Amino acid sequence: MNWTTVCQLDEISPNTGVCALVNGQQVAIFRQAPSQTLYAIGNYDPAGKANVLSRGLLAQLGTVTSVASPLYKHHYCLTTGICQEDDSLSVPVYPVRLNDGRVEVAA
Amino acid sequence: MSELAAVSEPTAVSNKPSAVDKQKVIVVGNGMVGHQFIDSLLHSDQRDLYQIITFSEEPRVAYDRMHLTDFFKTRSAEPLAMTTLEKYQNQGVSVHLDDKVVAIDPATKTVTSAKGQSLNYDKLVLATGSFPFVPPIEGNDRNNCFVYRTIEDLEMITAAAENGAKIGAVVGGGLLGLEAAKAIKDLGLEAHVVEFAPRLMAVQVDDGGGSLLKDKIKDLGVGVHLSKATSRIIAGEQCTHRMEFADGAHLETDLVIFSAGIRPQDELARQSGLSIGERGGIRVNNQCQTSDKNIYAIGECALWNGRVFGLVAPGYAMAKVAASHISGGEQYLSFEGADLSTKLKLMGVDVASIGDAQGITPGAKIYTYFNQPEEVYKKIVVSADNKLLLGAVLVGDAADYGTLLQYMLNEITLPEFPESLILPSSSGGQTGLGVAALPESAQICSCHDISKGDIRAAITAGCCSVGDIKGHTKAGTGCGGCIPLLTSLVNHELTELGVEVSKDLCEHFPYSRQELYHLVRVEKIKSFEVLLDKHGSGQGCEICKPAVGSILASCWNEYVLKDEHIGLQDTNDIYLGNMQKDGTYSVVPRIAGGEITPDKLIVLGEVAKEYGLYTKITGGQRVDLFGAQLHQLPPIWQRLVEAGFETGHAYGKSLRTVKSCVGSTWCRYGVDDSVGLAIELENRYKGLRAPHKIKFGVSGCTRECAEAQSKDIGVIATEHGWNLYICGNGGMKPRHGDLFATDLDKATLIQTIDRLLMFYIRTADRLQRTSVWMDNLEGGLDYLRQVILDDSLGLSGELEAEMNLNIDNYECEWAATLKDAQKLKRFGHFINAAGGDSNIVFVEEREQIRPAFEHEKTNLIAKAG
Repeated sequence: MNWTTVCQLDEISPNTGVCALVNGQQVAIFRQAPSQTLYAIGNYDPAGKANVLSRGLLAQLGTVTSVASPLYKHHYCLTTGICQEDDSLSVPVYPVRLNDGRVEVAA
Repeated sequence: MSELAAVSEPTAVSNKPSAVDKQKVIVVGNGMVGHQFIDSLLHSDQRDLYQIITFSEEPRVAYDRMHLTDFFKTRSAEPLAMTTLEKYQNQGVSVHLDDKVVAIDPATKTVTSAKGQSLNYDKLVLATGSFPFVPPIEGNDRNNCFVYRTIEDLEMITAAAENGAKIGAVVGGGLLGLEAAKAIKDLGLEAHVVEFAPRLMAVQVDDGGGSLLKDKIKDLGVGVHLSKATSRIIAGEQCTHRMEFADGAHLETDLVIFSAGIRPQDELARQSGLSIGERGGIRVNNQCQTSDKNIYAIGECALWNGRVFGLVAPGYAMAKVAASHISGGEQYLSFEGADLSTKLKLMGVDVASIGDAQGITPGAKIYTYFNQPEEVYKKIVVSADNKLLLGAVLVGDAADYGTLLQYMLNEITLPEFPESLILPSSSGGQTGLGVAALPESAQICSCHDISKGDIRAAITAGCCSVGDIKGHTKAGTGCGGCIPLLTSLVNHELTELGVEVSKDLCEHFPYSRQELYHLVRVEKIKSFEVLLDKHGSGQGCEICKPAVGSILASCWNEYVLKDEHIGLQDTNDIYLGNMQKDGTYSVVPRIAGGEITPDKLIVLGEVAKEYGLYTKITGGQRVDLFGAQLHQLPPIWQRLVEAGFETGHAYGKSLRTVKSCVGSTWCRYGVDDSVGLAIELENRYKGLRAPHKIKFGVSGCTRECAEAQSKDIGVIATEHGWNLYICGNGGMKPRHGDLFATDLDKATLIQTIDRLLMFYIRTADRLQRTSVWMDNLEGGLDYLRQVILDDSLGLSGELEAEMNLNIDNYECEWAATLKDAQKLKRFGHFINAAGGDSNIVFVEEREQIRPAFEHEKTNLIAKAG
């Protein structure tokens, strides 16, 4: 797998996301505190049709952790990429890891 | 505009009868009852068979006369309107306003109007209503002697008050007379009620209730003069008039309103040879037909079984009966009298009267409960065998009205000890009849004759709130008196169906917003994490995070982008800008009160030009700059902050703007400095986070150019200070603000607003505007006045301290962010690359940018690539 370092962990405020440019793709990376779990999905919201998902709120619905799009609040599951309100919509999910304080993505 | 032609049906393409074939139905009078008739006919299956024509001598279409007094609050006829000319036109109804029918010729079936129109009818409906009775005493035609019936009457009364009248007296202490007294009191006059009988509301209440009512009304500062027959009105010594009474006493007053009962408006029918009762009223049968079978009479002009009904519900019932008889063939309704029970709030005093209130039925037994300290009087009248309720009087607390009325109307057997129905629950009494016990036929809304069965059917058909039911069945949209009963019925039915009415904020917190606010305050909780740990579960979601973020900000007013708060902020707060549909932001600096120097205006222009931003003036008197990308926000704000601007919080659920008119500084009509006050208020409350956005307006005089009555907080200058209006709203569901307090000095005004806003922040639901909050607040305006003005909960000190903490902790969030290098790092589209989002594409329109549409974008990106 081809890992790309995008930033240091502390550059992502707890419970928020950032957008990284990885091989020409916009990737939204989220840091969930206090577990420090990282998630990475595509930044493009297919419902709102804009590159905004990194700016959404992390939301837990039942056992599913998702991001609520800042535009019209569509929820995208951070592990499957599927849109909860409309399962014909989905976003890509990317491998992401913490490596010695660095956030790395394979996209 | 006195006439409006009907839209004629396209005859060639329709199977419907052409205009020529249609039966002509002429309705004389377009009051509430005339309108109800038209509405009923339009809703019948046979509606296409009729051409409806209506005449009104008033200059406007039907309006809600029952809430006439509201006109004084809003000074606008519009909220009272029951329909509009356009609506009638679309429904094919021809309307002749300002034109009175002056003659009927039953032989040729023709009516003639004052303006000389002559029209044929097939059916004629007289809904001419009534006129106020003015006692035949000397001086009743002096200047400033009015009646209380139409919007024009109210306009004349208002004008008299504005022309210097200081004292007003109402002749007649009935229901309408007390309404009129309240109206003149609200206009700032000293009010008096003069009643011939020895008690107020002589028809509806008994001596016990009447005496309590009198005390309560006197406590409100209204003079009450009972057993007083006015013998003449002459010129006064201190005031315009002197009213002389038969017992030798007198009263000086500047204006007089006669409200001594009504008389049926039967003149037209009388001249046309229809049968008239000895004491007036057009005689009708059970189908509301007059002595001429093609002419109907409905409402207050009609005399049925020797009685004239002066209430709207029987009028509506007659309208439906007449409409069904005209259109229904064999299946018509029949009018069989009406229940005259009534419940109302007079100057904040609850009064209700049911059935045989005086206990005149032979053998009737009476139970009374009188609590002098609490000022509550309740009486029930029961049948000789103690089995049935015949009547009731309630003063001071009318909460039992719905239950008692159902007992009477549905002849439900009384409990073994009927007194338990009116005794307070602490003394072992029961709280009343559950809605479950009501039969299907029980009438819930008497104005629109909606039964429990109708409401259950509507719920089965998918209605799941009181609002839905109102829209679907019209229940609760007349006088509104049935809403408590309707609400408990709807909740009961929904619970029966297994619909849980949960107030929990979301799955993570088993508390309402109000409860969470309380927990945060009392336990001094400063972060979402702690609150979740102590009182919630899971990780949180997009519902509870911003709600708690807002609560924390309202309580402690810490910087919203602090590490522990940043993950709670919604779409706009998190980057201190309003996200637009393409992911760009708008920039809105604060322009307090809408006042701006040319230099600052130039800076806005320069910034907009440099960054290529779309520029628009907002409704809140400031400037919106659109199309900024994340990485552009810090340099843009750097320029603005250096030029002396602050954030406008356009992105926050917080104070937005205080709109003002130019005020006494420049305006020829201005009474006080509205701009100065607007700026002071905006600077005081800027940055205050609340359950929803808050808008203010300040007008410098009663012309109200700042539209303050459509704002959450509206302030209007008067000769003596400031009037405060609250909980208004424009937008999707406009609501006129309620007049909360009058003639306040500035310090009291600010203190009152401090308390109000903090109380709203404490008690409102998430994302609930003040207008909806008020509509749902138990006890409504009166309760709020007690809490805020009379400090009935002993909260005012706390509320003021909380507000002061907010004000002391204010800082401009943009100024703070610009000083924090760590925070500024977030303001880039990419964490690992410079530049913006290539998917953001603008095109030019009217010399400015706008986001490209999808199809334009595909072409433009392809070209650029």
